[in-house]
Amino acid sequence: MSQKTKADELEALAATRWRVAAVLTAAMLISYFGFILLVAFDKPLMGKQLAPGLSLGILLGALVIASAWVFTGIYVVWANNRYDKALHQFRR
Amino acid sequence: MNPQQAQTTIGQPNTTAIIFFLAFVGLTLAITYWAARKTKTTSEFFAAGGGVTGLQNGFALAGDFMSAASFLGIAGLVALSGFDGLIYSVGWLVGWPVVTFLIAEPLRNLGKYTFADVVAYRLKQTPVRISAALGTLTVVAFYLIAQMVGAGNLIRMMFGLTYEAAVLIVGVVMILYVLFGGMIATTWVQIVKAVLLLGGATALALMVLAKFSYSPLALFQEAVNQYGPEVLAPGKLVTNPLEAVSLGLALMFGTAGLPHILMRFYTVPNAKAARSSVFYATGLIGYFYLVTFILGFGASVLLGRGAITGVDKGGNMAAPMLAEAVGGTPFLGFISAVAFATILAVVAGLTLSGAAALSHDLWTHVVRKGNSPEHEQLRVARLASLGLGILAILLGILFKGQNVAFMVGLAFAIAASANFPALLLSMSWKGFTTRGAVASMVTGTLSAVLLIFLSPTVQVDLLGSKEAIFPLKNPGIITMPLSFLVGWVVSLVSPESEASSRYAEVKHRMHVGAEADAPTHAAPGTPAAPRPVTTPSTQTT
Repeated sequence: MSQKTKADELEALAATRWRVAAVLTAAMLISYFGFILLVAFDKPLMGKQLAPGLSLGILLGALVIASAWVFTGIYVVWANNRYDKALHQFRR
Repeated sequence: MNPQQAQTTIGQPNTTAIIFFLAFVGLTLAITYWAARKTKTTSEFFAAGGGVTGLQNGFALAGDFMSAASFLGIAGLVALSGFDGLIYSVGWLVGWPVVTFLIAEPLRNLGKYTFADVVAYRLKQTPVRISAALGTLTVVAFYLIAQMVGAGNLIRMMFGLTYEAAVLIVGVVMILYVLFGGMIATTWVQIVKAVLLLGGATALALMVLAKFSYSPLALFQEAVNQYGPEVLAPGKLVTNPLEAVSLGLALMFGTAGLPHILMRFYTVPNAKAARSSVFYATGLIGYFYLVTFILGFGASVLLGRGAITGVDKGGNMAAPMLAEAVGGTPFLGFISAVAFATILAVVAGLTLSGAAALSHDLWTHVVRKGNSPEHEQLRVARLASLGLGILAILLGILFKGQNVAFMVGLAFAIAASANFPALLLSMSWKGFTTRGAVASMVTGTLSAVLLIFLSPTVQVDLLGSKEAIFPLKNPGIITMPLSFLVGWVVSLVSPESEASSRYAEVKHRMHVGAEADAPTHAAPGTPAAPRPVTTPSTQTT
C-alpha cells in the first residue's frame, strides 16, 4: 500500500472518531444544560410530582446522571468494536 | 416519624474511628512499602509503569474525584435543601463523558506523564512547559488548600483533634505515600479508599432505606410530609441562569483539565484501557452521587434539619450524624475514618501531579532541556513531592478558619480555561502554534484568577464589600471562550511552519498509538519516536 492511501485512511479514521466524539459531546451538553435551564426557568414544572415522592426534577436529574453513563457506554462499545477494528486494519 | 433530637458523640475522640483510621493508614503504608520497592524509574514513580488495568484505574479515578467535600457537602446540601443537592451532583458528573470522548485516548497515546507532554508535542518545549506548569500548579495549589483546610475542620469535628494536628497528620502520611510509593502506592491508596467510601455509603443508604421498605420514593415522600413539597423542587441554588451555565461549563470542562485526573491516563497500558477506565469511573461516581442523595434525604427525615445545623451550620455533619443514628457509634467511627482517608488519598494525588509538573515539565524539559539522567529525574521528583507536601501543611495552617469553599470552584474554572482549551486545540487543530498555546494557557489562568478575585464570592463574602465588580461567582462562561479565542487569534497571527508540518505525526500517534502499546522502560527521556507519516494531511477541524 502506498503512503498516500495510508494517509487518507488515517484521515478518514481520525475524522470518524472526532465526529462520533463531537456528536456524543453535543448530546451530553444538551441533556445537561437542558436540565439546568429547566431548573433556572421553570421551577414549578420541575417541582411537579409525578408520583408520591417523585418530582419531575428528581426524575430528570437522575436521568442526566444515567445518560452520562449510557453515552459513555455507547462510545466504549462503538470504539471497542468499530474503531478498534478499523485501527487494527490500519496497523497491518 | 418525628425527628428526635439526635444524641451525638461528634466532636469527642471516638475509639472506633481511631482504630479504623489507624487500620487504613497501616494498610496503605504497607502498600507504600511494597510499592517503594517497585518504584525505581520515573515511569514507575509518575505512571505506575503503565501497569494499571482499566478497572483498577476506574476505581482510582473515582477515588481521585470523590472527595470528602463532595460526600459530606452534597449530603449536607440535600439534607438542608432537598432537590438542590442533585443539581450539584449532576454538575460534578457530566464532565466525565467529555473526558472519555475528547481527551482520554489521545492523551494516553500522545503523552508520557503530564498533559504538557501533549500540548508541547509539536511545539517549542520551554515556553509551553513553563505555561502549562503555571496552570497545573495554580490548580493544584487551590485544590490542595481547599482539601487541607477542609481536613483540619472536619477532623477536629469528628475525632476531637486540634486543627493543626489534623493538618499535620494528613500532610505527613500523604508525603509518605507519594515520596516512597509514587504513583503505584497512590493508585492503590485511591482504590482502597474508593472501595471503602462506596461500601460505607452503600451500607449507610441500605440502613436508611430499610426503614422505608427499601423504597427511595417512600423516603422522599416522608420528606415531603415533614418539610412540604418544596423539598422536591428547585430552590434558591439556581436563580441566575447565566450563573448556572457558567458554573456548568467550569464543572463540565474543568474535569477534562484537572492535572491529577489527566495524569491517571498514563498509568494504563493503552488507549483502550484509558477509554474503559473512564467508563468505570463514570458509573462509580454517578452511583455514588445517587447514594449521597438518598443519604441527604435520610438525614433530613431521620435526624431533622435543626439537629443537623445544630452541630454544623453548613450541614457537613449530616452523613456522619446519620451513620451514628442508624448504625451507632462504631458505624460513626467507620464513616469518620473513611472521610479522613478520603482526604488523604485526594491530597496524595494532587501532590503527585504537582510534583510531575515541577520535575518532569520544569526540571527535566526546561532546566535540563530533556538531558536529565533517570536517577536525577527521580531525585528531583521526590524532592518536589517533599516540598509540595510541606507547603501543603503550611498552607493548611496559614488558611485556618478561612472560608475556602470557593477554591475548588476556582480550581475547576482555571482547569477549564487554562488547560482544557490548549489541550483540545493542540490535538485537533493543525494551525495551533507555540505562541498560541502559551497565550491561551496564560490568559486562561490569569483571567480566571482575576475574575474570581473580582467576583461576589471574594469581594462580598470574604472582603465584605457591598458590590462586586464582576457579577458572576464563576467566571467560566467568560474565561473559557476567551482562552479559546486568544489561542486561535494568536496562532493565526504567528504561524509556525514546523508545528503544522509535524501535525501529521501527532495525528498518527494520537490515533494509532505509540509503536508498542505495552509500557516501555527503555527510553526515559523523551517519548519514543513515533512512526513517521510522510504525507502531510489536511486539518480536520
